[in-house]
Amino acid sequence: MQQTYEPIIGLEVHAELLTRSKMFCGCEVVDSITAKPNRFICPVCTGQPGALPVLNKKAVELAVKVGLALECEIHTESIFARKNYFYPDLPKGYQISQYDQPLATDGKLLIETESGVKEIRIRRVHLEEDTGKLSHADAHSFIDYNRSGVPLLEIVTEPDLRSPDEAKAYATALHAILRYLDVNSGDMEKGVIRFEANVSVRKMGSDQLNARTEIKNLNSFRSLAQGIEYEIARQTEIYSRGGVVEQETVGFNESTGKTYSQRGKEEAHDYRYFPEPDLPPLVLDADWIESIRATLPELPDAKTKRFISDFGLTPLDARFLTSDLSLADYFERVASHSKSPAKSVHSWIAGEFMRYINESGIKIDDVTLLPESFAKLIDMVTDKTIGGNSAKVVLSEMLQHGGYPAQIVQEKGLAQVSDESFIQEAVTKVLNDNPSEVEKYLAGKETLLQWFVGQVARSTKGKADPSVTRELLVKELEERRR
Amino acid sequence: MELHELNIQETHGLLSSRKISSEELTRAYLERIQRLDPQVKSYVTVSGDVALEQAKKADERIKSGEGLTPLTGIPYSAKDSISTRGVNTTCSSRILENYKPFYDSTAIKKLNSASSVLLGKNNMDEFGMGSSTENSGFFTTRNPWNFDHVPGGSSGGSAAAVAAGLAPFTLGEDTGGSVRHPASFCGVTGLKTTYGRVSRYGLIPLVSSFDTIGPMARSAYDVALVLEAIAGHDPKDSTSRIEPVQSYSESLKKAESLRGLRIGIPKEYFVEGLDKDVDASVRAAIKQVESLGAEVMEVSLPHTQYAIPVYYLILFAEASSNLAKYDGVRFGMSERKTGDLMDVYLKTREAGFGAETKRRIMLGTFALSAGYYDAYYLKAQKVRALIRQDFQKAFETCDALITPVAPTTAFRIGEKISNPLDMYLSDVFVVAVNLAGIPAMSVPCGFSNGLPIGVQVMGPHLSEETLLRIGHLYQMQTDWHTKHPPL
Ligand SMILES: [Zn+2]
Repeated sequence: MQQTYEPIIGLEVHAELLTRSKMFCGCEVVDSITAKPNRFICPVCTGQPGALPVLNKKAVELAVKVGLALECEIHTESIFARKNYFYPDLPKGYQISQYDQPLATDGKLLIETESGVKEIRIRRVHLEEDTGKLSHADAHSFIDYNRSGVPLLEIVTEPDLRSPDEAKAYATALHAILRYLDVNSGDMEKGVIRFEANVSVRKMGSDQLNARTEIKNLNSFRSLAQGIEYEIARQTEIYSRGGVVEQETVGFNESTGKTYSQRGKEEAHDYRYFPEPDLPPLVLDADWIESIRATLPELPDAKTKRFISDFGLTPLDARFLTSDLSLADYFERVASHSKSPAKSVHSWIAGEFMRYINESGIKIDDVTLLPESFAKLIDMVTDKTIGGNSAKVVLSEMLQHGGYPAQIVQEKGLAQVSDESFIQEAVTKVLNDNPSEVEKYLAGKETLLQWFVGQVARSTKGKADPSVTRELLVKELEERRR
Repeated sequence: MELHELNIQETHGLLSSRKISSEELTRAYLERIQRLDPQVKSYVTVSGDVALEQAKKADERIKSGEGLTPLTGIPYSAKDSISTRGVNTTCSSRILENYKPFYDSTAIKKLNSASSVLLGKNNMDEFGMGSSTENSGFFTTRNPWNFDHVPGGSSGGSAAAVAAGLAPFTLGEDTGGSVRHPASFCGVTGLKTTYGRVSRYGLIPLVSSFDTIGPMARSAYDVALVLEAIAGHDPKDSTSRIEPVQSYSESLKKAESLRGLRIGIPKEYFVEGLDKDVDASVRAAIKQVESLGAEVMEVSLPHTQYAIPVYYLILFAEASSNLAKYDGVRFGMSERKTGDLMDVYLKTREAGFGAETKRRIMLGTFALSAGYYDAYYLKAQKVRALIRQDFQKAFETCDALITPVAPTTAFRIGEKISNPLDMYLSDVFVVAVNLAGIPAMSVPCGFSNGLPIGVQVMGPHLSEETLLRIGHLYQMQTDWHTKHPPL
């Protein structure tokens, strides 16, 4: 049943822009979670009568950067508009946004899917101001206007996405671009990037457009995929029993993983857009746009291609590294200092290093381990100075407490030994201490060999070269068979 | 002559020669306000303490002799839509009855830096919506020439204050005639400035794309002195003009004749419904201007008849949005004792806004709604462009236009209040100027049954100097502007 329906998904992404001051006033942009409420406000961003907006040029510059990176057409004239609605977090009773003449249109973003690279068309990129933040306690509501007027970029796709995975891939790719351009902090948990998804389903092969639901408050990649997945299932279920899906706005509940109805079609807002009379049209100089284009950094796609050609990485490995600018930079610095194959550098970074990052919650940018030291450690594994397990110990030590690999190896006595008499002694002892395992091995359970290798490694504290160990174990076990 | 009859220049003479102190002058005005304003009702707030404090500062400055300007120590009042820090700014609306702004508007800041003295805030039609001050949320101002008549509007309190000698000058605000219309009804000189010439920062908006702050005073020369002080580019107002401000008063001192000036008389402004006395006085003023050397010619502004509907449509739309912030959440009236958020919104706005304001919010909300936007707002903007073109074309052949300000003299209180459409039509000669964003001035030019008549002079963008020159030279030849109501 499920296979006979296909989802049609479009995404709206709201990203805060990393400017020092707000969009239309001089107030500082602060961390809206840690800053004391209502300390970074003025007549403009609290909508005092008579206050007027003045456009922050830096916000325009950052928005143009994103438009260019998404290969949009940047319009030399765009118009700010008022989006009128009542809500306490919206101090003026309208939000200054862009409507029928946005800053940039007709772009694209390439994403990696199971069936290869897919182009997602970008409908528009426009500037608007953020609202304040509401919180509720003890039957009271509190409003913090620190966030009111923070510049936001809205990036809207065409309905080109066909699965939760594609939506997630798009969101991740866009997140990476915003970080590469340094226009957004990327801190999803602080709500600096927020998603809205438009989801509808239709019979496979049909080109009919069915009623869609707009899912609000999707604040993580996970919620995004979950919310869409839930909506697809819900709508598919309705159609498959002959029902009708209502056009509506739904919210997403992170704890239940379900969507819930917020507003039906009847209650849909009429925002009564009209051109903002307090701001003249935004007119951009074509040369200025070109000068910004010239400052664009290498973007994820280009970096991936370069990693494949320069380092001989697989597309999958390269894309993993380039999905995060800090990770890509760190990899490149380690690889440049290392004599080992880039593939080994990649597996150390993607493996142990990322495990540490994920477990500790430390940001890659805050890692103090020098890429030179990391490179040296990988090289020591490559030239068999130390074993892989010992290297993990050293890496962990260096990540947590610093230090140099050679020094730690020496202090901890981790240098690998390939001296046969030393290893032979350990092998004999392990076999003598475990007669029943020896018996089982000799009875045909040869998979126990790996267990014996492990026992030797443990008794030598990882110093024994595993290939030599294996050789000596087989030899002695065969002798005992006789 | 009494103090309150002196113009700014004469008063400045007394202050700088220290024949009188700013404090004495201020006390004299405050005393006169206390005595006469209970009848005239031109002030919503009298800021006596602030005034005396500012006057003392002005006196110190005069004593030191440093940085004196023609406005140092001169008292003034301001329309109650112009934000004054710490002094109630109500827009004559219940919804802002106790609202004290945290900041000064740019125009007020500029007057503060000249050490002028704020006497108080003048009554108006609520948020500027009206032509008589009868739509004030508090009370109706009376015309100082005849208390049974309206002072005009919406800056009616401001015009009445100057006419009654309750302020030597005042800052009015003109969205669709709100400076010129009451100036004409009260017999004072009022200038609607080029859109963007005076910063709107701190001016509580009615229609953001029409609103302009403009001076009202006893003569064109006084208006020039005030304009010099308040005009100029303001980085806080993205719609303000960057062109440097001319020295208007210097230019007036040198002005001798209007030779070489071409004056257009738009035939669409002399039509049926124009009061006979108004017609005669305006035509006499045109003759006077001609006698000063100007060349007079008939011109046409063919889209004039559409100005009223276009103006009101755009007004309704923008006003409905500009008035959304009065929601009882952050400032002003807040009816939040019971109910949920929607109740706060509904009760506050129900209790806070007057009938005319509600009518306009509803009309504007409708005009901007999906499905109606193109037919109303967008079409109005298209016709607005045609009206602007009319003026551009006229100004290809002439330097200024002369018309009446209003079809009649001040009407009686209560005469039009029950018929909004009739009230809207009293703005027929003034609103096109706001659609075009050009400057225009109302100059007293006669009386009919004891009520003043005004003549309107319009010019292209930033032609304030020309308008003031015409007004000034006319006033050098006439004495209509020197008449005082018998109070
Ligand atoms: Zn601010």
